[in-house]
Amino acid sequence: MLLMPNLLATITEEIPLGWFLALGFVMFALGGIGVVVRRNPVVVFMCIELMLNSVNLTFLAFTAYLPNTGLGGKTAEHAAMAGQASIIFVMAIAAAEVAVGLGIIMAIFRQRNDVDVDDMSTMRS
Amino acid sequence: MNFPTMDWTILMPTIVVIVTGIAALIVEMLRPKQNNNLIVGVSLVGLGYAAFLLFQQIGAPTATTAGGLVLRDQFAVLAQLITVGVTMLCFLFSEGYLREKRIAFGEFYPLAMWAASGGMMMASTNNMLMMFVGLEILSISLYCLAGMARREQRSEESALKYFLMGAFASAVLLYGIAFLFGASGTLDVSGFREAMQSDIDHLKSFALLGLAMMIVGLGFKAALVPFHQWTPDVYQGAPTNVTAFMAAASKIAAFAGLYRVLAGAVDLQSYYMDVMVVLAILTMSIGNLVALVQKDVKRALGYSSIAHAGYIMVGLLAHLNSPDKINLGSVLFYLLSYSLMTVGAFAVISLTAKGGKEGTRTQDLNGMWKKAPLAAGSLLFFVVSLIGMPPTAGFFGKLFIFKDAWNSGLQTLAIALAINSVISVFYYLQIVRAAFVDDEDVYSPQMSSMSSGLRLTCILCILGIGGATLFAQPILNVTNQAGKELNVYKHDIEDVNDDVVDSSVTPVPGLTGSEAAGG
Repeated sequence: MLLMPNLLATITEEIPLGWFLALGFVMFALGGIGVVVRRNPVVVFMCIELMLNSVNLTFLAFTAYLPNTGLGGKTAEHAAMAGQASIIFVMAIAAAEVAVGLGIIMAIFRQRNDVDVDDMSTMRS
Repeated sequence: MNFPTMDWTILMPTIVVIVTGIAALIVEMLRPKQNNNLIVGVSLVGLGYAAFLLFQQIGAPTATTAGGLVLRDQFAVLAQLITVGVTMLCFLFSEGYLREKRIAFGEFYPLAMWAASGGMMMASTNNMLMMFVGLEILSISLYCLAGMARREQRSEESALKYFLMGAFASAVLLYGIAFLFGASGTLDVSGFREAMQSDIDHLKSFALLGLAMMIVGLGFKAALVPFHQWTPDVYQGAPTNVTAFMAAASKIAAFAGLYRVLAGAVDLQSYYMDVMVVLAILTMSIGNLVALVQKDVKRALGYSSIAHAGYIMVGLLAHLNSPDKINLGSVLFYLLSYSLMTVGAFAVISLTAKGGKEGTRTQDLNGMWKKAPLAAGSLLFFVVSLIGMPPTAGFFGKLFIFKDAWNSGLQTLAIALAINSVISVFYYLQIVRAAFVDDEDVYSPQMSSMSSGLRLTCILCILGIGGATLFAQPILNVTNQAGKELNVYKHDIEDVNDDVVDSSVTPVPGLTGSEAAGG
């Protein structure tokens, strides 16, 4: 945010924070619905990734608008750094999850040549 | 550039566990084929050293380090200590089980240690980003471990379910963290307080939404009832040693996280208290009622672990409801006794694995009394303690929680706990009965002989439960040191805080925040 202060100031003045939050919420909700509705684990996982991206968008929006809200106690730069660092962490951890998740899906595919969440019911009793 | 001063003694136990994991992985590469004894040895030495370091810190003053990211208080130290102990107990019996099951997977030990280190991080921080990183280290390791038996459909299926539900829960938790950040500009749980004290209205709603999302996310991990569906499947499908580890270590970590969040949000108590009371009652009742009709031992114990999560929740809520009277002693005591009982019970059940096959239905335990008397005897002991029959640690744990709930004015919860303890008798007795009757029909179950590691696990668990029974009051006096901070945190009183904060480390942000706010 230090690179382009003027551009950022223009954006934060002309577009209210609520719009970004709304977009984030729509993405999050779509992802959540997808997790419930879709039956292919790969697609379900893509929906979870969508949710994580909406989290990143929310973090970023809050970071950019922090100077405007006038929060007491902490300097805006300090808080902004915390928000931006979070995004890096979220992306890195999402990547780790992809690696493990796709590995598990591959292992199942080797066993039954078909991955459908509805067939995952060998353990009902 | 000025870096924050580091107090390495606080970080050392976690670092030791992580480094031991790396060392175990290197040993795994160099080991002779199919022989994991050296890995187990290295792991146990490292974990023992970490436990020793933690033991030294019991009673040490509350302090933070790494710029406020890592917190050491009595709760953190004791929760970490239990986590390390549980990991050691699981390792002891894992080797024999993995051999019987024909899983050549030496990576179990490093992965489990990294999972434990993630749980330790969760217990020792008030920073939500740090907690999220710890949670993910714990979870991602556990996804791999649940799918460890690669030839078994059940194992892979449980891994996939755990993975999808866990990733979903983390996304929800993260969304909550984002809103806490938006409400206060900080990732520390003290942000809840700042948001509530600000005069901007929408910041309060952000904080509330954030708290709700965090409770849902951590509720998944702790298997509270509306979010528990994955638990029985994962507990049943995962290899038994992984289930034992998951049931104990992951539950401790999840409750540590829940405690940190709920304690940080103690100003929002009027909003979350009623909801959490309902969740606790549901968790206890549904866990116990559904367990009644289970025919699979691991699945029944999975539901039992849900019910126990409800009991622990009762203790936590009692503390949060009146932090000036009630500390976290009963919660930590219960976590300790629950971990010992559960790990012991799963260790005994791991006997049903033989020659690459494993039966975990109730009748697969038939005849255990004749084939392995020590195992059957210890199973009886663990189950009696899980039920909470009078002279056991399980009984004292429930009694302490009951007393706390009653004294803090949550009588409904106390009564629900008592009723649920009675319900749970039936399915626990079913498990014991199976172990003590002979083969009922033509069906004769397989059972491997007890390895020395399993024998050691059983004996240590029995000794631990016996010790916790005999010294219930002294242990409670130690564990009751945990949770005193919240007292100060909530009421902004100075005189209760007799902890001298070490001058080489920064003071607890929560305390300074409340003092700066003017009391």
